[in-house]
Amino acid sequence: MAVREFAERGADLELVGIQKRFPGFTAIEELDLVIPAGSFFALLGPSGCGKTTTLRLVAGLEEPTKGRILIGGKDVTDTKSHERPVNTVFQSYALFPHMTIIENVAFGLKRRRIGDPLGKAHEALKLVELDHIAQRKPQQLSGGQQQRVALARAIVNRPALLLLDEPLGALDLKLRRQMQLELKTIQEEVGLTFLHVTHDQEEAMTMADTVAVMNNGVIEQMGAPEELYELPRTSFVANFLGQSNLFTGAVVGTTGTAITVAAAGGRIVVPTSRAQRHQGEVTVGVRPEKVTLHVEEPGESSARSVLGPGRIVDVSFSGVSTQYLVDVAGAGTVVVFAQNMGFGPVAEVGTEVWLSWAIDHGFGLDDEPGEGGRFPADDSTRSIAVQRREALVSELEEH
Amino acid sequence: MAFAAFATAEAQPQAPKKRSRIALFLLLPGIAYLVLFFLTPLISLVLTSLQAPREFGDIGEFDYAFNWQNYVTVVQQYLPHIARSFGYALAATVLALLFSYPLAYFIGVKARRWPLLQSLMLVLVIAPFFISFLLRTLAWKQILSDESFIITSLKALSLMAPDAHFTGTPFAVIFGLTYNFIPFMTLPLYTTLERLDTRYLEAGSDLYANPFTVFRKITVPLSMPGIVAGTLLTFIPAAGDYVNASRDFLGGPDTQMMGNVIEANFLVLLNYPVAAALSIILMAAILVLVGIYVKRSGTEDLL
Amino acid sequence: MSGEVQAGAALSGLAESEQQEARRPVRRPRGRRIGLGDWLLPAYTIIAFVFLLIPIAYTFVFSFNDSIKSNISWRGFTLDKWLNVCRVEGGAVCEAFGNSVVIGVTATVIATALGTMIAIALVRYRFRARSAISLLLFLPMATPEVVLGAGLAAQFLAVGVPKDMTTIILAHTMFCISFVVVTVKARVASLDPALEEAGRDLYASPAQVFRRITFPLLTPGILAAALLSFALSFDDFIIMNFNSGSTSTFPKYVYISASRGIPAEANVIASAVFLLALVLVIGAQVSRAARAKRLAKLG
Repeated sequence: MAVREFAERGADLELVGIQKRFPGFTAIEELDLVIPAGSFFALLGPSGCGKTTTLRLVAGLEEPTKGRILIGGKDVTDTKSHERPVNTVFQSYALFPHMTIIENVAFGLKRRRIGDPLGKAHEALKLVELDHIAQRKPQQLSGGQQQRVALARAIVNRPALLLLDEPLGALDLKLRRQMQLELKTIQEEVGLTFLHVTHDQEEAMTMADTVAVMNNGVIEQMGAPEELYELPRTSFVANFLGQSNLFTGAVVGTTGTAITVAAAGGRIVVPTSRAQRHQGEVTVGVRPEKVTLHVEEPGESSARSVLGPGRIVDVSFSGVSTQYLVDVAGAGTVVVFAQNMGFGPVAEVGTEVWLSWAIDHGFGLDDEPGEGGRFPADDSTRSIAVQRREALVSELEEH
Repeated sequence: MAFAAFATAEAQPQAPKKRSRIALFLLLPGIAYLVLFFLTPLISLVLTSLQAPREFGDIGEFDYAFNWQNYVTVVQQYLPHIARSFGYALAATVLALLFSYPLAYFIGVKARRWPLLQSLMLVLVIAPFFISFLLRTLAWKQILSDESFIITSLKALSLMAPDAHFTGTPFAVIFGLTYNFIPFMTLPLYTTLERLDTRYLEAGSDLYANPFTVFRKITVPLSMPGIVAGTLLTFIPAAGDYVNASRDFLGGPDTQMMGNVIEANFLVLLNYPVAAALSIILMAAILVLVGIYVKRSGTEDLL
Repeated sequence: MSGEVQAGAALSGLAESEQQEARRPVRRPRGRRIGLGDWLLPAYTIIAFVFLLIPIAYTFVFSFNDSIKSNISWRGFTLDKWLNVCRVEGGAVCEAFGNSVVIGVTATVIATALGTMIAIALVRYRFRARSAISLLLFLPMATPEVVLGAGLAAQFLAVGVPKDMTTIILAHTMFCISFVVVTVKARVASLDPALEEAGRDLYASPAQVFRRITFPLLTPGILAAALLSFALSFDDFIIMNFNSGSTSTFPKYVYISASRGIPAEANVIASAVFLLALVLVIGAQVSRAARAKRLAKLG
């Protein structure tokens, strides 16, 4: 029994050169990661990207094929799960069905022979406002209550590091929002290091200080949520976190502060500081809500990039905003979100329009153009069908 | 159910399995036990079946040999018994299926709205198991004996010839086998019917099938795993049974089955090779029949 | 195969059905003409149950028969046989009954332990020869009991082991193992591995995880398997008959007495066992139903 005492505070987590292979596939290619003490860190990615494996490695439920895991500077790679100062809130909560709520919460304390386990367990239950049902069995609780018990059962141990494995996945939207807030509050109150694994970009963005987007076993980009959204570096990130309009073309002009790309039948200007590559073929993009629709050709302006003319092929109204799909020759379909400031859509299907956006809103990607390509948007049945088929084919190939 | 249980998909996604010495430690005692007390006895049985009588030996004294003619003699001598074993078992299986299907359907499908009633009816189905197998067979012998109320009434009503018997006839043996193995049939049927999604039946009648067609084209195919498991669980023990056919129970001199011959040769006549050869024939025949049956009914994954 | 094979299997099945109760959509059939199923099927069910229960009622009634030696014709009601079960034939029935219990308990303990270990290994670990092991576990259930009995008897004969109570226990343990494996395996497979991981995560050593999480969660399955084993062993006649030597057990006592008439005391014992089993099973059912109702109310 290594851990007999509470961690004083959250600890740094450091992953050095981690690789994990399972028979038949590689879950994590190569992973280096430092999570500073006291932070709320989210690992975001689609299913199968290796995020859950990363979490299980940290928890000690899997052993890495290569690499070291350090918690608070101490190498724990060869330590067993029950000897690590780490606790997990499991996806299915994994509450022990044969024990009462209070017994569940006190379980870890009793194993570590920490004094007054029941008292501390009651305190933890008070923190999640469930002390009044301490004597019930898990089956008698609602999903949200079970989730809070699972959280209490983990934080009561004051681990140096708390792992959250999509703990909100089973909850409905409203409850989820409530839980997100609650989790964030608790994290700030107890000051632990949180490592949160999720495929829900909104959840990651609202809760975490730092988000790492993971894909195919590698971290594509890491940073503060706003930074990731405003300045995605790869087309995967650009489309996994929200939607993006991407255009590929050659750099045809460079000034001290901006590059000009010949793409989409026009010229798109991106500030040098917002572009990862400055010469050759590059992919540049802009978020749909940053694009403005014009029914008349706008004048040339050094502050805006202009595309067009194009034709509106679809208009869908979604309450706060309206989504327009615009076919622009040479650029394919461009998505535009317009706030519904007035009443009803400003343009109809078939209208000829021009598109423009402030050049400060453009971004340039790091991707080799042509590689990877556009992350299929999930806004049409056709692209969903294509994604499904691709997923199925790759699954079949694995076996 | 036992058969089906080997096939049921694992309900929970299991953590990646590990190779481990723990597995060996867990498996070894039980597997060693089965090798020692199941597999080796089967081999002994094969060896015994090939033994030849010891020269100038006493009754029950045999030497190891390769006396394969034992099988020829046994088949020639006991062909009627072999035929009876499989004939009676087949008849009992069909009867038990006909008896059990409506019962299982009622408990598994119609009684879903009342879970307590459902489980109490299930208890009633297995209730015969709680009383000794031999005693309940003997009870039938008394209930259906020549002096019994039922038989005398039937005779009084001229539904039975005045000098006819029920006990001691093949009908009595088949009756006993059917009765004793009904729960083996009902339970697997119940297990599959209980899982039957009645929306399929509604979809069937929505698509212009009349109730009979719905039953034939939807209910029966969906309950096939239960039918196969139930018929196997009934047929196998019925073919090897010797209690029902025994003269002290429901049988008579002309109803002896393979089990009776094996018992008599092994325990009374001490003619071990004959008993062993018959046992091997019984087991081989059952395995072949079961194999063909399972293949033809398209439920290989059951095994 | 002896009687109670399915009894315990059903017990275990019932134990499993607890979680499943909620999942079925319970729907009333839409209004339609009164069909055959509406009265014919319930009527048939009632007749079927009457038929199934006739011999039990007969056995039970005749345990009160004031018989002298053979218990064939009704001679009047008496409680004497229930009150003095062991008096007849110098207590031969009771001795046989006692032997059956000893054999049943011993075989159950061994078979449950060995079978549970195999079941855990089958679900939780990868190993070679997996299909061979599955076949080895399946075959005893697909082999007629007369072959199992004769095979073991031939083996004991070849090795020169005298047949007594030990050989019966060895035989019963053998055929119970497969049934234990099947019953417990279902329980292990339905066990969420995340629960054990949660235990490890909460500082429990492997031994503590097993003792405090795995074992308690497997208990219903193990209990069902043990009940099944005991029932199988207690009621087995065919295998035992080949391997008992001169040891008397309850089924053997009945078999031997069958030709000369069975004393009412045998009916008493069978009826008592029947009632005990029935009370246990129905009690479990009712308490489960009550618990489900309570859960439904709270949830």
